[in-house]
Amino acid sequence: MNQPTAYLLLEDGSCFAGQLFGAEREVVGEVVVTTTMTGYQEIVTDPSSCGQIVAFTYPLIGNYGINQDDYESLTPYVSAIIVKEYSQEPSHWKKAVTLEEWMKQHGIPGLHQIDTRALTRKIRAQGTMKASLIIGRWPTEEDKNRLAHFSLPEDYVRQVSTPHPYQCPGMGKRVVVIDLGMKASILRALTKRDCDVRMIPSHTSAKEIMGWQPDGVVISNGPGNPKHVSHVVETIRSLLGKVPLFGIGLGHQLLALACGADTEKMRFGHRGGNYPVQHVESKQTIITAQNHGYTVTPSSLERTDLKITYLNVNDGTVEGIQHRYYPAFSVQFHPEAAPGPMDSLFLFDQFVEMMKQYNLHTKKGAVPNATS
Amino acid sequence: MPLRKDIKKVLVIGSGPIVIGQAAEFDYDGTQACLALKEEGIEVVLVNPNPATIMTDQTIADKVYLEPLSVETVETVIQKERPDGIIGTLGGQTGLNLIMALAEKNILEKYNVEVLGTSVEAIKKGEDRELFRQLMLDIGEPVLDSHIVRSVEEGVRFADEIGYPVICRPAYTLGGSGGGVAADQEALERLLKKGLALSPIQQVLVEKSIAGWKEIEYEVMRDANDTCITVCSMENVDPVGVHTGDSIVVAPTQTLTDNQVQRLRSAAVKVIRALGVIGGCNIQFALDPHSDQYYIIEVNPRVSRSSALASKATGYPIARMATKCAIGYHLDEVLNPITGSTYASFEPALDYVVLKIPRFPFDKFSEADRTLGTQMKATGEVMAIDRSFEGALNKAIRSLEMKTAGLRWPAFMEAEDETIKEHLTQATDLRLFAVAEGFRRGWSTEKIHQLTRIDPWFLEKIKGLVELELNLTCYTWGTLPNELLIEAKEKNISDRYLAQLFQVSEQDIRDRRKELQLKPVYKQVDTCAGEFEAITPYYYSTWRGVNEARPSKKKKLLVIGSGPIRIGQGIEFDYCSVQAALAVKKKGYEAIVINNNPETVSTDYALADRLYFEPLTVEDILHVVELEEVDGVFIQFGGQTAINVAEALAEAGVPVLGTTVEMIDKLEDREHFYQLLNELQIPHIKGRMASDREAYFEALDELGFPVLVRPSYVIGGQAMFLFYHREEAEAYLDHLEQVSDERIWPLMVDRYLPGLECELDLVSDGENVVIPGIFEHVERAGVHSGDSLAFFPPVSLSSEVKRILVDYAERIARAASIVGMMNIQFVVDGEKVYVLEVNPRASRTVPVISKVTGVPLVEWATRVQLGERLKDIAPQTGLLPEPSFYTLKAPVFSTAKLKDVDPVLGPEMKSTGEVIGLGLSVAEAVAKALPEEHRILNKRPGLLCAVADRDKEPLLPLLTRLAELGFSLYATRGTAQFLEKHRIPCTVIEHDLKAVEKVMKGGQVGAVLNVARQGRVPGTFGFQLRQLALTHHLPCFTCPDTLKLLLDSLHVQEQDYRSLDEYRHFTSERVFTQ
Repeated sequence: MNQPTAYLLLEDGSCFAGQLFGAEREVVGEVVVTTTMTGYQEIVTDPSSCGQIVAFTYPLIGNYGINQDDYESLTPYVSAIIVKEYSQEPSHWKKAVTLEEWMKQHGIPGLHQIDTRALTRKIRAQGTMKASLIIGRWPTEEDKNRLAHFSLPEDYVRQVSTPHPYQCPGMGKRVVVIDLGMKASILRALTKRDCDVRMIPSHTSAKEIMGWQPDGVVISNGPGNPKHVSHVVETIRSLLGKVPLFGIGLGHQLLALACGADTEKMRFGHRGGNYPVQHVESKQTIITAQNHGYTVTPSSLERTDLKITYLNVNDGTVEGIQHRYYPAFSVQFHPEAAPGPMDSLFLFDQFVEMMKQYNLHTKKGAVPNATS
Repeated sequence: MPLRKDIKKVLVIGSGPIVIGQAAEFDYDGTQACLALKEEGIEVVLVNPNPATIMTDQTIADKVYLEPLSVETVETVIQKERPDGIIGTLGGQTGLNLIMALAEKNILEKYNVEVLGTSVEAIKKGEDRELFRQLMLDIGEPVLDSHIVRSVEEGVRFADEIGYPVICRPAYTLGGSGGGVAADQEALERLLKKGLALSPIQQVLVEKSIAGWKEIEYEVMRDANDTCITVCSMENVDPVGVHTGDSIVVAPTQTLTDNQVQRLRSAAVKVIRALGVIGGCNIQFALDPHSDQYYIIEVNPRVSRSSALASKATGYPIARMATKCAIGYHLDEVLNPITGSTYASFEPALDYVVLKIPRFPFDKFSEADRTLGTQMKATGEVMAIDRSFEGALNKAIRSLEMKTAGLRWPAFMEAEDETIKEHLTQATDLRLFAVAEGFRRGWSTEKIHQLTRIDPWFLEKIKGLVELELNLTCYTWGTLPNELLIEAKEKNISDRYLAQLFQVSEQDIRDRRKELQLKPVYKQVDTCAGEFEAITPYYYSTWRGVNEARPSKKKKLLVIGSGPIRIGQGIEFDYCSVQAALAVKKKGYEAIVINNNPETVSTDYALADRLYFEPLTVEDILHVVELEEVDGVFIQFGGQTAINVAEALAEAGVPVLGTTVEMIDKLEDREHFYQLLNELQIPHIKGRMASDREAYFEALDELGFPVLVRPSYVIGGQAMFLFYHREEAEAYLDHLEQVSDERIWPLMVDRYLPGLECELDLVSDGENVVIPGIFEHVERAGVHSGDSLAFFPPVSLSSEVKRILVDYAERIARAASIVGMMNIQFVVDGEKVYVLEVNPRASRTVPVISKVTGVPLVEWATRVQLGERLKDIAPQTGLLPEPSFYTLKAPVFSTAKLKDVDPVLGPEMKSTGEVIGLGLSVAEAVAKALPEEHRILNKRPGLLCAVADRDKEPLLPLLTRLAELGFSLYATRGTAQFLEKHRIPCTVIEHDLKAVEKVMKGGQVGAVLNVARQGRVPGTFGFQLRQLALTHHLPCFTCPDTLKLLLDSLHVQEQDYRSLDEYRHFTSERVFTQ
């Protein structure tokens, strides 16, 4: 295979040389590293990876190709993929196309044959960085300057949110999902529980949402800094107490902001499928899938009506919160898994239960502790 | 919940001797467990009669009972020690069974001993086929339909119910023989008829066949708070049909989508919860390669071979964490020792590929059936880590020490297509090489997939390597482009294999690499794929990228390990390597260990200062030596593996410690060695080195018969035979020339002297020696020392003979300037002592003697190699005083697991492990070392005698005695005639296997005395007779000395069980019973 040489130029001026695979296209983005060993298809189709150059720590990627079932969105938003070794002869009964064929179809470039572990260690030491993928030539000073002056867009959510509302009919609870870049698995988890789901664009107003008379509202995952989608914070604030809320990922950060807490950027985030998270009350630990670069500031929760439900065992980051008075809770991790462990799928059951309870008590007011 | 304060003393059950299916992994697990308890201030009492283990060292457990693993022993120990808790999930199936037996007999209840960790109920649910099946149905997890049938009709009826194909597994047949897959009723009837006949209990398990499905394993942990995590997923390259212990295994899974990985993970967690395991659990799935359908095929509610592999593969110490869970901790309370900052509830993430390849004993047992199936046959395994599958594969292959440096089995090059196909269709130990050979012959991936059912993903990787090789061989060494050399090294093709491909020397390859500055880098195994900083220096090499291993400024010493466990080179060398590393640390140096065996303590990253998980070839060792700039390399502790690389290391300028390489070479070379003995006027067995056919026959003529013949440079008497007749010696040579891929010359031909054999180990500083003791073998010379019963102290040697032994040993040590260890074997004929051979390294008996005497032999040997003098270290030199109790080392065999391996004792080693029996009398030691044989013979069973003509007369006293003792003798015709002639009553058995089997099945015959003419000739009556004895689990004595010893010890009935300390402090006079 004669692939052109390509280079990953990092913000700090360092450069990794490897070989190009996938589409032949130069891109700029933010390099993030995921430690998930399987599930590359879900990761590269997750709208949360919008604008990201995703590097995999697991060295062999592409082993089972791309199949029809494991997409998290139909349009991928990932900027580029970095792997140690692209597996050129995939094998799986479900395989539709190879990863590389799929990348070419969608114009996604990839870089392989680089020391991804060295890249990981660099990012661990220096934090997440901007980077450019440059093809066929050693990066110049100009490339470095351009990268230095490149500012990451702030409108990722607008890029990935559905432009129009759409419906997935079901016989159960009516759920509105504020689509900030929702993974399809969230929809799968809801429809599996018979929910009647309506996906709506991120800029939809609270009034409009309540107009559909939902039993509950899910604030989805999505890319970028929660503070760049302040209009959604407003929407959530208006919905709080009027309808059960369930936030996931970005949705969790937005619920926190809506309740007066703060968020901050992490050094290099959590991206993987092996994070132990402890339920504060039962002390039981579950393993979760995570994919976030921002986090809720723990101290900022003190002056809010939020309480912590889940904590990360390793570094103590806030993994779950719940409103003390209103039916609203959220988790930083991904209960819908895909990729990652399915330990926390039960949170969707809790959400359905919360909606049921809220309907029963709706005339009596708020339901405390619906999730505990 | 933190540590329970009510547990002050814990009893740990070990797994006993190394046998196929239960090997060094339990020493690693047990050692971790003992240390995990000790560091909490808990007193540890251990029962394990395996002397070669680290766990039985007194630094690991507080009280060690090297006593038989029986209910009686453990009850006595419980009575004496009164432990608060017991852990039985660390001692393999042996430990698990013992715990169950103790619970059933209410012994634990009686003494108020709590089963820590996984409860007896949980174990029962996991072990009992029906209970487990019901539990799985209850929780909705799929298990295979299976049924034990006792007749053909029953089997057919069941198969009709579940549908074809079905798999049949006859119960308790040798090596699982007689099993197979039936696609229809006709085939099933045939299989059942055969299987029922073969099974000693007439039972066959019939099960829905899922041969060819993917086999996936998970290692799961659970704590008392119901937190569950999976440590590692593993995929067997060999699909269902080959025992996972015999399969090539890769971690993590390679060909599963995340959805499949997670579904199986969820199922695993569900099962471990339903069982209620606390600690570690292994679960195996079969996954349809064409759908998401799966079955749970096995659950082991304990640590296992797979958990040891997973621990080494991920860096997550499963046995340690399981123990912490057993004493109350939760997974989120225990720090992960690798990172020091994450917790045990963090699931490891790998950023490399791990490959395990099993090590089989077929190089020793050339006549054995090498097909693989549901009965495990491997004795050990190697593991390799790299950033690519190909890299890990090439590393693992050269770690096997199978005389191939790469992905090629030389004998296959000339083989017919049919032969290659057979190896592919019916898996054998050589299937991997057959796959490569198939690709060399241009076979398609699809074709090989059809034959093997191995997933195309793996096949494509092998194909890629073959294609690269073809590409390489388009060039000569001179014209080979650098890019291609770099590509070859990035796929981790060894210098030696490249040298073979290009017909140049390994040095040529190395020189060019040096010119190109082409060398590997080292990456850390850190459990977290680089996400967190790790503090544990556990490294593997790879050929691209940034080096992470930063050598320190300290003085550094490298200990070379012994590689995979195989017959002739077992766990004892791991014991020695570990002790050496500890001694190095103790002396203030940095201890660096290199090894490739995932089962062992030496590859526990917590042991040495730095661990390199690498193959043990000269190339791989040199890379580490050069990176670390080590100040010295120890080669005496890693068995023959380490000795074999000594010369090349020295040539490369590496400081090899201890006895010089020149001298080692001299001692290993028969001619030079005899010359030395002649100079010292020390008698040796007459022998000749034959360098060709002609010289061989000359030697035979000169020496006369019987003779011992073997190739030079051997491990464990490989391909060694004892011949009484010229025809046998001729046939052997023809055979050797046929099967051997390597050069067979020179052959060593020695006169055979059937005297008393003994051996000793010594430490020498070049001037003085310390000899902790002499072992006296029970079986006469001609039986491999590894397969002999051996007493320490000697029971029949005169003090004059002992004096001579010590004198010879001292003189050889001084003349050869031995610095470090040496093992010498002697034959004693009356008062005359001959030297048989010397091994300028640690030996099999070193751990035994170290333990029973308390002499830290390896530590002293390490220190003299660092320049210390024995008179400054040891309280006294020369032969040390004998202890006042007896130790009998007894070999343990796995022959029942290997079809067509003859259990006859001979010059070729066959045992896989050993136990020791300790006693205040000889008889007590015998009863404990051979508890089964002792128990059976005490019942005075019928004894079937079949004795070769030449041995009949010498055996008369023994046969007479047997009759006098009340054994009913059965004999084949020739032997019967002899007995009748001497008026010894006996029942004549037809010279017919059916007749023999009838009396075995009927229970009339309970033991066999069969002294063979030659042995190891499949098809002969004697061979079949011994196979039958194995099938029916009857003691089979092939050397009369063993039986004689047991008869002398039959009177001992009651035994007392004592800790090693008690024995050592015994001051009373030795009790002589003879």
